[in-house]
Amino acid sequence: MMLEVKAVGKRFGGLQALKGVTFMLAEGEILGLIGPNGAGKTTLFNTINGVFRPDTGRIIFRGEDLTGQPPWEAAKRGMARTYQVVRPLNELSVLENVIAGACFGRHALSVRKAAVVAAEVLEMLGLSKQTCQPAGSLNVAEKKRLELARGLAARPYLLLLDEVLAGLNPSEISGMVDIILKIRDSGITILMIEHVMQAVMKVSDRLIVLDDGELIAEGRPSEITNNPVVVRAYLGDPRDAERLMAGGRA
Amino acid sequence: MKRWYQAGFWLPVAIMLAWGAAVWAGGEDAAREKAFTLIMFVGLASSLNILLGYTGYVSFGHIVFFGLGGYMGFYLMAVCAWSLPLAALAGGVVSALIAGLLGLAVLRLRGAYFALATIGVNEAARSFVSNFEPFGGSTGMSLNFSVYQQYGGAGKALWLTFALMVAVTASAVLVSAMIKNSRFGLGLLAIREDEDAAMVMGVRTPRAKTIAYMASAFFPGVIGTLYFFKNGNVEPGDAFQLHMSIELLVMVMLGGQGTVLGPLLGAVTYQGMRGYMLTSPLFKDLHLAVAGAVLLLIVLFVPAGLVGWLRGYFPKLRRALE
Repeated sequence: MMLEVKAVGKRFGGLQALKGVTFMLAEGEILGLIGPNGAGKTTLFNTINGVFRPDTGRIIFRGEDLTGQPPWEAAKRGMARTYQVVRPLNELSVLENVIAGACFGRHALSVRKAAVVAAEVLEMLGLSKQTCQPAGSLNVAEKKRLELARGLAARPYLLLLDEVLAGLNPSEISGMVDIILKIRDSGITILMIEHVMQAVMKVSDRLIVLDDGELIAEGRPSEITNNPVVVRAYLGDPRDAERLMAGGRA
Repeated sequence: MKRWYQAGFWLPVAIMLAWGAAVWAGGEDAAREKAFTLIMFVGLASSLNILLGYTGYVSFGHIVFFGLGGYMGFYLMAVCAWSLPLAALAGGVVSALIAGLLGLAVLRLRGAYFALATIGVNEAARSFVSNFEPFGGSTGMSLNFSVYQQYGGAGKALWLTFALMVAVTASAVLVSAMIKNSRFGLGLLAIREDEDAAMVMGVRTPRAKTIAYMASAFFPGVIGTLYFFKNGNVEPGDAFQLHMSIELLVMVMLGGQGTVLGPLLGAVTYQGMRGYMLTSPLFKDLHLAVAGAVLLLIVLFVPAGLVGWLRGYFPKLRRALE
């Protein structure tokens, strides 16, 4: 098993952000993580890779218990992530960003070897022309690809993608979807948070749905779309409206 | 990224060594005294740059390591009769160790909180040393004139101190270049740009920051020992001057933070300006005010400093300047 998340809970003051979340992720799988805004998706990512320490539960990565380990330990064992709001190292060049990803990733490469890996990854993501530019000067779509490049350069086993499609136009989305499938075919397991439903339905082997910190559904994309619990989480309960119209209480 | 066999890598080190050699060959005391101060500031600014320019932590208390290391080295020479090179080395090691311990506490802070804590550390060190009897309390310590005999008299001792200062500063510049072009340095740059992202990328940030802090504290300790040996005495007022910390910041920012050559250019330019102002009847009491104004102008208009400005205007220089 690539990743086992067991009954993970996380509380911030009065807010129970995660309530006993449990799921598994098999090697080579693309698992989509969806849910309304504020459901706790990014918190779940941060708990998986060690930015937050879970209050309860365990994180098992490739058979090894990573619960409470700092994020660089997860990175060294082969877990990489991208951010919803891109976080490039602005003053460094595109190439240096990706070299940094390779240097501190799973293989802990020397700068020289990292440069070779970085060039390959940049080529794959179509950023070869921008290598010497400062990362801060890229446009949004390029920055998203740079984030992905930095993650890939670490040669991870598992890639956590936080809304890589957000803010892209339709043609950029389809380009990115192709890249994601290519990454999976290269043998990397993917856990992705996504709001662009069509795309996430298309690429995911399986989906899990988080609402208010709780896992409310799990299944193949076709099963999820017809699941009344999921529809209710996203759109509210249709019967509530009927009751309101009838003058009753919701 | 530069490799050790590229010319740009060695340029700043070569400048320092050539400069030192030229003054040595000239053999004039006045020229030596002037160069001593300049080169000392190049060394101090280069060491500050490791923390400020590479790691992105603004320290207002860099001079505390000059003071503490200097005091320690001076104590070893005055009381334990150690030789100058050994005492200077010990001063550096003590500074680095103190930075390692301090780092456990202050490196958890970021941004303005870190900057404020470093001011506190400087003032605390000054008060401590002022009341620490083995270091002579508020009156400090002085060297017995006979100490100079082992170096062949006071004149020769001063030239020896100068040579050591050149060597130490050249080493500081070399270490700065090595860090900048290494995997470790890339980790520091990642911390400067986005510490949380660096952590998630796999940089062991607490360790990297501590090593950077220790490296940046080592050189001021060595330099402090050399400086106070040259003066022949040390006292709290000279050792922990907050305004020197601020002037070092101005030098690094002026030359270009995060570049190897920047602190060198910045220190020489700032000292030149300061020398002019101190002798000019109009500005003689205003040099710190002018330093403040210069810092403000740099931050507003040339945040990349002299080196960044040159690189921007002359793309051909990019390969050489780093």
